[in-house]
Amino acid sequence: MSAPLGKDLVGLEGLSREQLQLVLDAAEGFKEVSERAIKKVPTLRGQTIVNLFFEASTRTRVSFEFAEKRLSADTVNVASSGSSVSKGETLVDTARNLEAMRIDMVVIRHPSSGAARFLAERIKSNVINAGDGTHEHPTQGLLDMLTLRDKFGKLDGLKVCLCGDVLHSRVARSNIFGLRTMGAEVAICGPRSLLPGDVGQLGVTVFDRIEAAIEWADALNVLRLQLERMSAGYIPSLREYNRVFGVTRERLDRAPRDLLILHPGPMNRGVEIDSNVADGPHSVILDQVTNGVAVRMAVLYLLAGARAEPSRGGDAR
Amino acid sequence: MSTQPVLLKGGRLVDPSQNLDAVGDLLVQDGKVVKAGGKIAGPDGAIVIDAKGKVVSPGFIDVHCHLREPGREDVETIQSGAESAVAGGFTAVCAMPNTNPVTDNQAAVGFIIRQAQRANAARVYPIGAISVGQLGQAMAEMGEMVGAGAVAVSDDGKPVVSAQLMRTTLEYARSFGIPVADHCEEPTLAHGGAMNEGVVSARLGLKGIPDEAEEIMVIRDILLARRTGGHVHLCHMSTKGSVELIRWGKDRGINVTAEVCPHHLHLTEDAVEGYNTHAKMNPPLRTWADVEALRAAVKDGTIDCVATDHAPHHYDEKEREFSDAPNGIVGLETALAVVHTALVSSGVIGLPDLVNRMSVMPAKVFHLPGGTLRAGSVADVTVFDPAETWTVDATRFRTKGRNSPWTGRQLTGRVHATLVGGRVAWQLGG
Repeated sequence: MSAPLGKDLVGLEGLSREQLQLVLDAAEGFKEVSERAIKKVPTLRGQTIVNLFFEASTRTRVSFEFAEKRLSADTVNVASSGSSVSKGETLVDTARNLEAMRIDMVVIRHPSSGAARFLAERIKSNVINAGDGTHEHPTQGLLDMLTLRDKFGKLDGLKVCLCGDVLHSRVARSNIFGLRTMGAEVAICGPRSLLPGDVGQLGVTVFDRIEAAIEWADALNVLRLQLERMSAGYIPSLREYNRVFGVTRERLDRAPRDLLILHPGPMNRGVEIDSNVADGPHSVILDQVTNGVAVRMAVLYLLAGARAEPSRGGDAR
Repeated sequence: MSTQPVLLKGGRLVDPSQNLDAVGDLLVQDGKVVKAGGKIAGPDGAIVIDAKGKVVSPGFIDVHCHLREPGREDVETIQSGAESAVAGGFTAVCAMPNTNPVTDNQAAVGFIIRQAQRANAARVYPIGAISVGQLGQAMAEMGEMVGAGAVAVSDDGKPVVSAQLMRTTLEYARSFGIPVADHCEEPTLAHGGAMNEGVVSARLGLKGIPDEAEEIMVIRDILLARRTGGHVHLCHMSTKGSVELIRWGKDRGINVTAEVCPHHLHLTEDAVEGYNTHAKMNPPLRTWADVEALRAAVKDGTIDCVATDHAPHHYDEKEREFSDAPNGIVGLETALAVVHTALVSSGVIGLPDLVNRMSVMPAKVFHLPGGTLRAGSVADVTVFDPAETWTVDATRFRTKGRNSPWTGRQLTGRVHATLVGGRVAWQLGG
């Protein structure tokens, strides 16, 4: 197999339609593994993977770990608390030390935008971005796309609106880049203080009112509102946020069609999304979680396959 | 003190201070210019330098650099900084006071002057802090610092947040006839920002610094200069809006001067792509519209001078996540080439304008010796080849810093020799 994704997956920006298609199709194939009684295939046997998490995460880390284990890889989890990172070691030193132990892949979650790419440029192991600052979260974008494709059968021409704190959302960026490449129409909706000022140039439509977004969209991807945004002064109160921008049953009932509801989690019930929407018939929030494992298996498989090639080092980025 | 005479033969003498632009010889002796122009027979024992095909101009003066001593001698010393300066054609530089400890008293100013004498390369003029410890509270002892040799005051690295402090400083500085140099940055708007706010920051997921963070302080300072009659000098201007505000101030006769850095005349926010920490500085690289406005401002004089904001960092410190990397790049040894490439090669200005912005005007704005080749003036001279294209190799810099966004890039315009006080302080390949 050649290097269909290059050495690393640091973001969906710049990936081609064919590359995205390839991951989604591979993920489709891996779904079945998790439905077996014995949930394991030998694909990555003997490979060592480090999950390097500099930020708290349960869902993403567990999802990656399941994906790795179901592919028979050996995994080690390193969290920032308890590692030498808290003793002031630089990211590049941490990485070099890990690599000196002869690892094959690193999955990194980091609070700084660009950290995954920084690491990828400095180590030979494959690097997978599990979220870098407010930049990208490519596997989340891919699993959102897989979930949408499952339900609608296609992404081309689909109208998807990202709702909420787009400014600080790495999930939003990965969705915007990935969905647009796949031919979907993308909009964003939220208080202007939480939308990037120059977002028009990213090729998305902006809705100021959630009602208008609901009228337009086929699917809403409701972003988590980081609660510290309120103390930082971006919005006056969570109560008002829910009243003005919340995705509520009442608002959805007025829509011309049934909307699919996605949320990358963890949810603030009663803030950006009401419980009766999150738990309602059109919510695919748990399907996203299921698909997350398959998408991550696909990414691990495609990157590892590239590494097996003798001609490796040809970084496609 | 008697020094060996130096005769520069057959160069193109470019000295806008006396509207001189002609091929001719230049003789300097005992630290002074003896004669500029025409054919000069060298006195016995003179060092003769062939300047054919080169420009011979009054020495470049940088009114804004960071030499890091005292405090960060691992990153730069006055010695290495002054050597870097002459390698870049600068015969004099002004050292910003954000050292550790801060240059906020006469003893600290005296230390810099002594270290500069020991370095024996470019002249180094200290800039004193506006406030004690650069904390933005109490005014530092400006009178004593000026007495010890400070040529201006600034809290550069930080803005003067308090408008009242800026007002008082502008008033007080009038007594000493020195400029008050301000780093224009409204801190609440700029807080946490790592690059220009715009489409690139939106894509990269980096917090942006809007133009207004600079412009709000630019207009505040201009208005306070109008109120007080003090001389405000605006550091490292980066936006089109700032240019318009300065023009507004100058049109009204307000005592405002401004500088621009070579990087803001040459690069845009696109250089940050890939999270390149060598494109991280404050103020950040802006857009092409800003670059064009700044170039036009250099041409028409709205911007008085070019200054480097030379800011060396240890390579480890730049080898970091973008948001954690420090601001700033080294600039002394690339300034001529960048300004020449951006402005002269592209046809925006001519060579006399370049010399005017890099030598004549900095001397005028900061009331420094030099900036002219008139007979009797200090023999600070730069010799450069305006046609030579070279590839920047940071490992060959005299500065200890390697943090340059131009590494590996080709630029046109190269310094060949620098004379400080009539002494050949640096020669290419020498």
